[in-house]
Amino acid sequence: MDFRLGENSDAFRAEARAFLDEALTPEVLELMETTGVHHDWDFHRKLVERGWLAPGWPKEFGGQGREPLEVLAFTEEFQRAGAPTYAVGTTLMIANVILRLGTEEQKKLVLPRALGGEIIIVLGFTEPESGSDVAAAQCRAVRDGDEWVINGQKMFTTNAQEADYAFMLTRTNPDVPKHQGLTTFLLPLKQPGVEIRAVHTVSGERTNLTFYTDVRVDDGMRIGEVDGGWDVMTAALTFERSGAHGGESVRLLSEMEHWAATATDDDGRPRGDDPVVRARLGRAAAENEVSTLLARRSAWVQATGGLPGVEGSMAKLFASEAITRQGADFMDMLGPDGLRSHGDPTAIEGGGAEFAFRFALGATTYGGTSEVQRNIIAQRGLGLPRAR
Amino acid sequence: MPRVRAQWGGAHAVDLNLSDEEQQLVDAFGALYAKESSTERVRAAEPLGHDAELWARLKENGALEMAVDEAHGGWGASLLDLTLVAEQHGRYLGSAPLIEAQVAARLLARLDTAAARSLLEPAISGARLVTVALHPPARGVLSFVPAGAVADDVVFLDGDKVFHAAISDTRSVIKNIGSLPAADINVPADAVELASGDGAARAFDQALDEWMTLVAGALVGMGSRSIEIGVEYVKDRKAFGVPIGSFQAVSHGLADAATAVEGSLLLTREAAWSAAVQPERTPELAALALGFSAEAAGEASYRSLHYHGGYGFMVEYDIQLYWRRAKAWPGQFGEPDAAFARAAAHRLAAIAKEA
Repeated sequence: MDFRLGENSDAFRAEARAFLDEALTPEVLELMETTGVHHDWDFHRKLVERGWLAPGWPKEFGGQGREPLEVLAFTEEFQRAGAPTYAVGTTLMIANVILRLGTEEQKKLVLPRALGGEIIIVLGFTEPESGSDVAAAQCRAVRDGDEWVINGQKMFTTNAQEADYAFMLTRTNPDVPKHQGLTTFLLPLKQPGVEIRAVHTVSGERTNLTFYTDVRVDDGMRIGEVDGGWDVMTAALTFERSGAHGGESVRLLSEMEHWAATATDDDGRPRGDDPVVRARLGRAAAENEVSTLLARRSAWVQATGGLPGVEGSMAKLFASEAITRQGADFMDMLGPDGLRSHGDPTAIEGGGAEFAFRFALGATTYGGTSEVQRNIIAQRGLGLPRAR
Repeated sequence: MPRVRAQWGGAHAVDLNLSDEEQQLVDAFGALYAKESSTERVRAAEPLGHDAELWARLKENGALEMAVDEAHGGWGASLLDLTLVAEQHGRYLGSAPLIEAQVAARLLARLDTAAARSLLEPAISGARLVTVALHPPARGVLSFVPAGAVADDVVFLDGDKVFHAAISDTRSVIKNIGSLPAADINVPADAVELASGDGAARAFDQALDEWMTLVAGALVGMGSRSIEIGVEYVKDRKAFGVPIGSFQAVSHGLADAATAVEGSLLLTREAAWSAAVQPERTPELAALALGFSAEAAGEASYRSLHYHGGYGFMVEYDIQLYWRRAKAWPGQFGEPDAAFARAAAHRLAAIAKEA
C-alpha cells in the first residue's frame, strides 16, 4: 500500500512549482481578478513552450506522455496556485473527442493548432433551458446542402470571446426521443450571426451567454453521426478530467493556518491557541486530506486501466461540498473581518475565505452538479434504482 | 478495484491494493468475527459489551501477540495490519477489548522499563487484561476508562509520569449508550510508576495516536456495514408503489454518507500506513482519521437507521446497534472537534518549527 504520488510525480511537481513561481506573476493574477477571465494567452503559450499544455498526451501531439499520477501532481500544483487554466481544460476535452471520433480532416485542421496553443475551444452544451438535463438541448441545426444552419442559444460558454471554436450540441431531429435527435459540431465562432454577451458571476468570473442566428457550419465540421450526438457527448463527458479537485481548499487552509500562527486576539493571545479555531482548522485539514485521497484513488483507477466513474464523482462531490462548508466556516471564524472582500487591502490573508465562499458556488455546479454526482454514486456505486 | 501493480508515478506511487499478506489477515479475522460475533452474539453480550468467548478466540488467534514487536516477544504486526483487523472488529461490532489491549501492550513494550516489561508478559499472554486510560486522573478518578469494566489493570498518564494500577474494587461500571465495557476507576494509593519524563509522555501520546487510528479503523468497518444495511433496506422497502431507494431524498443521503465512509477508509489507512513510512505525519493523521471517521460512521448509521422509518429505532433491527456504537466508541476520547483540534495543534506546531 502506498499513498504517495511517486518520485517521478514529486520531481514533476517541483518543476511545476518553479514554473508557477516565475510565470504566474502578480500581473497575471491581477488581470484574472479584475476581468474575471480565467484564460491568459501569454501564460497559455508558456505552457505550450514547456510541452505542458497537455503533459499526459503522447509526444507526437506535443504532449510529454506523462502518466496519470504525474499529471495529478502537476494539476494539484496549478489548482493550488490558482493558475488560469479553464481554457486548457475545455480545449483538451474537445481535442480528445476529435482525436477519437473526429475525421482525418478535422484532426489536421484542429489538433495542431489546439495543442500548439494557437486556438482554444469552448463548450456549448448548456442552454438557458437545460443544464443537468444535457440531452434536452434545443439549439437547432438544419441541413442545407453541404452546410448546416444553426439557430439558438448557449449558456455559460466561458471564454467564447477568446475562442475559435465551440463544441456545439444541437437538436437535428425534434420528432424522436430527446437522446436520439442530437448532433454535435465544431462551430467556428468568429463569423456573422454569433453574438457573445458577457455574463458575470458572484464568483467573480466572466462567462457568456451566446446567441446563434442563421450561423452556417460545413458538414465537414460535424463530429459523429447525424442524430448520433449523444454518443459523442457520452465520450466527451468520459474524457472530462477526473483528477484533482480541492486545490483551492488547500490554498485556503494554508492562508488560515498562517493567520492562526501569526495573528493575536485583543488580549494578545495567539489565535491558534483558541480551541475553536483549532477545531475549524482541523476539520478543514481532514476534509482536504480526504479530497486529496479521493482524487488520488481516482487517478489510480485510471492508471490501472479502469474508468473512474463513481470514484471521480465521489472526488468531485466531496471536494466541492467541502469548499462550500469551508468558505462559510472560515468567514465565521474571522468574525466581521471575514466580510472584507478578496483583494481589499484590509482583508485578512488577502480575503481568501470570502473568495472561497463565492467561488464554491461554481464548484458544486460546473462539471456536473452535486445532485448529478449523487445520482451517479447512488445508481452506479450503490446499485440503487434509477432516481425519481 | 483493479488488482494491478505498477509504478506509474515512479517509485513509491499510489497503490491502494492490499498485499497478499494483508488480504490473508483480513480474510482470517473476517471469518473469525463472522463466526464469533454475529449480531445475536453482540446482543447477547449487552449491556456489558464483553463476549468472553469471542475474546478467547481472538487471543487464541494471536490478536495480542501480533501487536507487539518481535524483540518483546510478539509477532511485530504493523499499525496498518492492526488497523485492517480493527476494520473487521468494527464491521462485526466485536464485543471485546481488542483495541485497548493491543494499545496497552504496545505502550508497555515502548516504555521498556523493568516495571513495564514485567507487566508486558502477562499482557501479551492474556493472563492479565491491561487497558489504557485516555485521560489523566481528575480528583483521583480516571473517568470513562475504555474496557475498564473488564480489565485487570490500567495504564495511565499523570503529568509526565506513566503509572500502572491494578483494578479491583476501585471501579464502578458505567451503563452507557454504546454498551461499552467502560468504568470510572479510583486511582489507588499504590499505583506503580512505570516511567517518567518527556520520553514517557511521548510514548503515551503515541499510544493515544494508535488508539485513535485503530478506533478510526473500527468506525470505517461500522460505517461500511451501515451503508450496506441501509442500501439493502431501501432497495426492498416500497412506498407509493416503488422502492424507496428510487427517491433522491433517500438515495442522495446514502450517496453522501457512502462518499464520507470511503473517504474515512482512505484517511484511516493512510494514517496507519504513515507510521512506518512518514511517522512525522502520524500524530496529525491519526487525529484527523478519528474525527472524520466518527462523523462519517455517525452519519452513515444515522441515515441508514432513518431510512428504515419507524423500524429503524426498534430494538429488534440491527442498524441501531451500529448507530449507538458509532457515537460511543470515538466519544470515549471526546467529540470530533477535540480530535480535529488535536490535529490542528500538530499542524500549527509544524508551521512554527518551519518559520
